[in-house]
Amino acid sequence: MWRDSLLVAGKDLRIEARSRVGLYQVAPFGVVALVLFAFALGPDRTQMAKGAPGLFWVAVLFCTVLAVQRSVSVESVDGARDGIRLSGLDPAGQFLGKAAAVAVQLIVLEVVLGIGVVLLYGASIQVPWLIVASCVLGTVGLAATGTLYGALSAGLRVRETLLPFLFLPIAAPVLLAGTRVWQAGLAGGTESYGSPWLRLLVVFDAIYVALGIVVFGPIQEAA
Amino acid sequence: MASEAPSHPAILLHDAVALSGRFPLLAGVDLEVAVGETVLIEGPNGAGKTSLLRVCAGLVALASGEASVLGLDPVRQRNQLRRRVGLLSHASHLYDDLTVRENVKFAVRAAGGDTDRIAGACERWGLAGRLLKTSASKLSAGQRRRVALASLTARWPELWLLDEPHAGLDASARDTLDRLIGDAGAAGVTVLIASHETEFVESLAARAVTVTGGRITGARSIGAPSLGVPPLGAPSLGVPPVGGLTGGPTDGLDALPGPGPGSAGVAGPIAGPITGRPAGEVAHVA
Repeated sequence: MWRDSLLVAGKDLRIEARSRVGLYQVAPFGVVALVLFAFALGPDRTQMAKGAPGLFWVAVLFCTVLAVQRSVSVESVDGARDGIRLSGLDPAGQFLGKAAAVAVQLIVLEVVLGIGVVLLYGASIQVPWLIVASCVLGTVGLAATGTLYGALSAGLRVRETLLPFLFLPIAAPVLLAGTRVWQAGLAGGTESYGSPWLRLLVVFDAIYVALGIVVFGPIQEAA
Repeated sequence: MASEAPSHPAILLHDAVALSGRFPLLAGVDLEVAVGETVLIEGPNGAGKTSLLRVCAGLVALASGEASVLGLDPVRQRNQLRRRVGLLSHASHLYDDLTVRENVKFAVRAAGGDTDRIAGACERWGLAGRLLKTSASKLSAGQRRRVALASLTARWPELWLLDEPHAGLDASARDTLDRLIGDAGAAGVTVLIASHETEFVESLAARAVTVTGGRITGARSIGAPSLGVPPLGAPSLGVPPVGGLTGGPTDGLDALPGPGPGSAGVAGPIAGPITGRPAGEVAHVA
């Protein structure tokens, strides 16, 4: 399973490095979203800093949809999905590999958006480990759910519209918990405020990674 | 690659029915193919040739009936089976953003194949020099087909399922493919070739079965005149199937051409079990 996941993750990351869709489309989209949120909030820097955690995670959610769409679409061209099924790769390995590739892209994106939040919204990071922990845990959850629901929508002609419809409500706990942890990390609040939300992220991750490992294969066969 | 005669046929389908939604892809197929045998699946467009290959590859599950491919259940043991099967389909299964070499390498590594064979396989298909470093998106349809064939050659699975294998290939590549299929047969690989361009592939196969309407409606040994196949629904001619599902390997048809002695020592049924559904509707061999 681990060998197969490394193989799939390497393949997906190589494809993304070649196509530069993440660099030229997804990351700029996230930054544009942050700028538009700033326009919507007005020139009050205090208000912007206050809304920064939520806006960061909303931008990450939207970018996750794009990254997952891309991850699904590379398997849709020239019968590649059949090709990967025919290879006999362990479905759990495929799931972990695809989710890992999405997660790596999201981590890079979150660094870019994090810098954007600091520069555009004047946010100041007070408890860095809370910010880092929420990003890592939130990314794992988003990548796992995105990959799972991406597989569900794969093969459907309406997958571009169906995926956000399925994925965004399911990802709401990540948005909520990530925002709360970021609030604690930016405001310099007590670490105990962020910890319960981090635990929620851990549980969310565990559920969706386990679910993906178990059901990715049957979903892939049915798609 | 088979090194000794296995106790099971390479492909054994009994009353196989496969559906796409409510649309029947296969409507009751009985087929037995021995290890090392090369069989041509012929029939018009939409007859069910591709579906038959996809069932054998474990890509389409049966709605009813029984199937065994390389001694494995194509559904419950699909991952084990798929590593031992190569399907050359209409699609090339290539990633546009990967180079030719990367595509072949991924296909071989994913199937657990030997990466040392990649260079030779690519060379055999004229994929050398700068072409190896060219991204698949820049290849012509024929070149993409060559890359898919190079992947198959490098993997060298035990069962080759070739769907219109000559499509999109130039004369030189067709010759290469014909030699490759010959080599595979001699090495004990079982090959199923689905084609409606039978003139290109007849010389490669020992026998041919005809698929029509999701059923096997006839069979012939290559080079021998086919027995007339009655239209579907016609009464049986009363000719018993030779080498039926449980029949012997030759049943008195030793003189007919078959897989050579190099084919893992397996003398497969020259004219295998060929019956349509319902039973008795079609049961003919050459």
